[in-house]
Amino acid sequence: MYSYTLKRLFQGLITIWFIATATFVAMHSVPGDPLINERGVNEEIRRNLEERYGLDRPVLEQYLIYMSNMAKGDFGISFTQQNRSVNDIIREHFPVSATLGILAIVFAGIGGVLWGALTALYRNRLPDVIIMFLVILGISVPSFVIAAIGQLALVSLNGLVGFSVLPVAGWGTVLHMLVPSLVLGLGTMAFLTRLMRSSMLEIISADFVRTAYSKGLPPTRIFMKHQLRNAILPVITVLGPAIAAITTGGFVVELVFAIPGLGRFFVQAVQQLDYTVIMGTTVFYGAFLVFMVIAVDLIYGFVDPRVRLE
Amino acid sequence: MNNLKSGTSDALTRTASTQLIWLGLAATIGFAMLMGLLYWVSSLTGSHTTTLNAIDAESGTVTLLLRTEPPQLDSTRATDSVSISVLGHVMEGLLRFDENNQLAPGVAERWEIREDGATFWLRPDARWSDGVPVTAHDFVFAWRTAISPATASEYAFILYPVKNGESINSGNLPVEALGVRAVNNQTLEVEFEQPLAYFEELVAFSTYHPIREDFYHSREGRYGADVDDLLYNGPFEMTLWVHGAHVRLEKNPDYWGRERIRLNVIDMPYFTTDATSALNLFKDGKVAVVDYLGAEQLNEVLQQRWQLKRFGDGSVWFLAFNFSPDRITSNWHLRKALQLVTDPSELVNRVIKLPGNLPGESLFPVWLQGVNTFFRQEHPVPKIELNLEAAREHLEIAMEELGLDNPPSIALLVDDSPGAAKQAEYFQNLYGSQLGLDIRIDRQIFKQRLAKMQNQDFDLAVYGWGPDFADPLTFGELFASWNPNNNGRFNNTEYDESVRLAQSSLNPQTRMEAFARQQEILIEEVALIPNYERGRVYITDRRLQGVVRRAVGPDPDYTNAFISSD
Repeated sequence: MYSYTLKRLFQGLITIWFIATATFVAMHSVPGDPLINERGVNEEIRRNLEERYGLDRPVLEQYLIYMSNMAKGDFGISFTQQNRSVNDIIREHFPVSATLGILAIVFAGIGGVLWGALTALYRNRLPDVIIMFLVILGISVPSFVIAAIGQLALVSLNGLVGFSVLPVAGWGTVLHMLVPSLVLGLGTMAFLTRLMRSSMLEIISADFVRTAYSKGLPPTRIFMKHQLRNAILPVITVLGPAIAAITTGGFVVELVFAIPGLGRFFVQAVQQLDYTVIMGTTVFYGAFLVFMVIAVDLIYGFVDPRVRLE
Repeated sequence: MNNLKSGTSDALTRTASTQLIWLGLAATIGFAMLMGLLYWVSSLTGSHTTTLNAIDAESGTVTLLLRTEPPQLDSTRATDSVSISVLGHVMEGLLRFDENNQLAPGVAERWEIREDGATFWLRPDARWSDGVPVTAHDFVFAWRTAISPATASEYAFILYPVKNGESINSGNLPVEALGVRAVNNQTLEVEFEQPLAYFEELVAFSTYHPIREDFYHSREGRYGADVDDLLYNGPFEMTLWVHGAHVRLEKNPDYWGRERIRLNVIDMPYFTTDATSALNLFKDGKVAVVDYLGAEQLNEVLQQRWQLKRFGDGSVWFLAFNFSPDRITSNWHLRKALQLVTDPSELVNRVIKLPGNLPGESLFPVWLQGVNTFFRQEHPVPKIELNLEAAREHLEIAMEELGLDNPPSIALLVDDSPGAAKQAEYFQNLYGSQLGLDIRIDRQIFKQRLAKMQNQDFDLAVYGWGPDFADPLTFGELFASWNPNNNGRFNNTEYDESVRLAQSSLNPQTRMEAFARQQEILIEEVALIPNYERGRVYITDRRLQGVVRRAVGPDPDYTNAFISSD
């Protein structure tokens, strides 16, 4: 168990190093100049700017300096927000994205399991047809549309009631969290519902379920212990990547609901060629994804004793 | 389950459903508890603030939306409109813009502009937010910091009219050589590089704002990065800055003109560029102003019968040419052919379709002041009649001169905004159908478009220029051969001389005639094809009055705003 964990962590570090290197190479080969702005500046200023960000050195040297700083946990200073370090940006904005992401994934996970189980129970009957239709919608409608509809629904609700039941946008209170996290989790919930349904259908006609019936176990116990618990395994497998996808993919929801999450900085940095922020956020998110996958693999061992971690 | 008796199956379905319902209920309660827990955890690290409705008359609070986070509020380095707007509320220069958009005394009580320099007498009651008086030394320090090449300020050029400014900025002289000194705490003496007609306009600009030296150094390179990293001397002071989320300005009790200021709090708890979200917040009564409305939002505004307001943001948009000898656009006949088929009003009315935009006729926009009235009224633009026949003849001559058998292919450089793409397609279609030209659209991200322009890697480019100060020179000098922003390398001796005259002359008549001559040359030479003067549409809560919009200087400006009782 320990050696397995250590092995996975070591592999994770190599993956992160690879992500950092690939991002560095890609970023420097993208056309465009991060220091250029609408007002042209003279050569002396240009030189000073290049020196400030170390862009006057050969690319290989820049790479080595960057890697050694990164190993020390220093991502450098942002190009666009000239007084803020990338570490500060991540520290201040990631908790917001994480809060939103945790709520969304919990919502998606629980919702997916419950709806999936329900559709499997009512296979090919009315509840199944209705829910599966909604699931297809949930999977195919992009998040910016869901976000816009969600917000519009809030405005209409508040208008109908005559006062603000739920805030339309912004961040800072418990109520601000609710709708954005539901909107963010909806797509994943739809996906998990489908996954849970097919896994549940497989279990329902499995031999051990039939054995349970013939042993005369009560239906409550069969459902909870034998069906639900076994059907849930594939859902847990995809949960790791789904957490990362939700936490990193919140850009649109953050924009529409005016939420100060890291996703906005991530996307804006690419548009503005803010080298240090691009590197910092990509490596950070990359590491996050890698460790989420490892964490899920380890949890898997607890949920399913048949899986041996070696 | 076929092998099970249907009775058993239904029984299972029923008990399982009941269990699922209970699980669902438990999950909902768990979810709510999780939300509470996360809120509690986040409240341990960050501050939570309550927000009011758009207008709260009782506390004198107006709630607004910011499009983006100010990158930083160091006035020597601020370049974007959000930072400049915020700085306009919390800082004050020697002069300021008043509620009628006229220059008014700021920190300087009175001043005198001479041919070789200027003297400003500072008011004794101007104070920093820590109670220390604002002195002439604070201006000397700020200007030296802004011009120093070590600061690498993008707007350093705005200080070039001060003696030795450009030499210092290019690293040839020490910052102490800058032509500004504090005679005493209350008197600031400025020396000019050459006679200057518009210095008053400049000192209202944020790069000319004061900074106190001891405070600047105490922040150790973080000046302007956070709410505690700034000292304020303006009508408001910043009391809260949660990055990316919330900025709050409160009336500055130490401001010398505090009796004028009627709002107590300007709260900005929403940051988003999404116009639909902004409109939703307005509809919900949460924000008092929505700016940057797009064509998609207009229907909603009209349906709700909100009063649509418009204003020109001062910028002029045009097709820029590359005059490098190896480019076909250096051929006058080719440019003339394009000029003769381009109708800016069609672009404005049928492509942009947003109220507030004016068809472009000249590099010099309509709002610029001349000697007695508007410059464009005193010096109307020579009229260009659309003429397809003549255009085709010019194209024939151009092809002959260039030694081409077929109409040439031209690269049109645009950035990746949706608006720019629509315009580029319009020109592609226009020049293709009318002249048979093959326009290749070269779409690039913002930074790459700038890089390609500055490296002369284009034939045609959709380009815009916003004013830095309210004098025609801010537009006129754009086409001077020495200007780093003259990306197409337009080079005309008579034009250059005319710009030099306008820079150094103090006689308004002479200067305006020089600009009129520049306007003529640009049209004769087809140095650009004007497209439009950009406008913006916005809506405000009807209770909020006295908001000032302007093309030059901090915009929008709420310093004179007030809440009307009706």
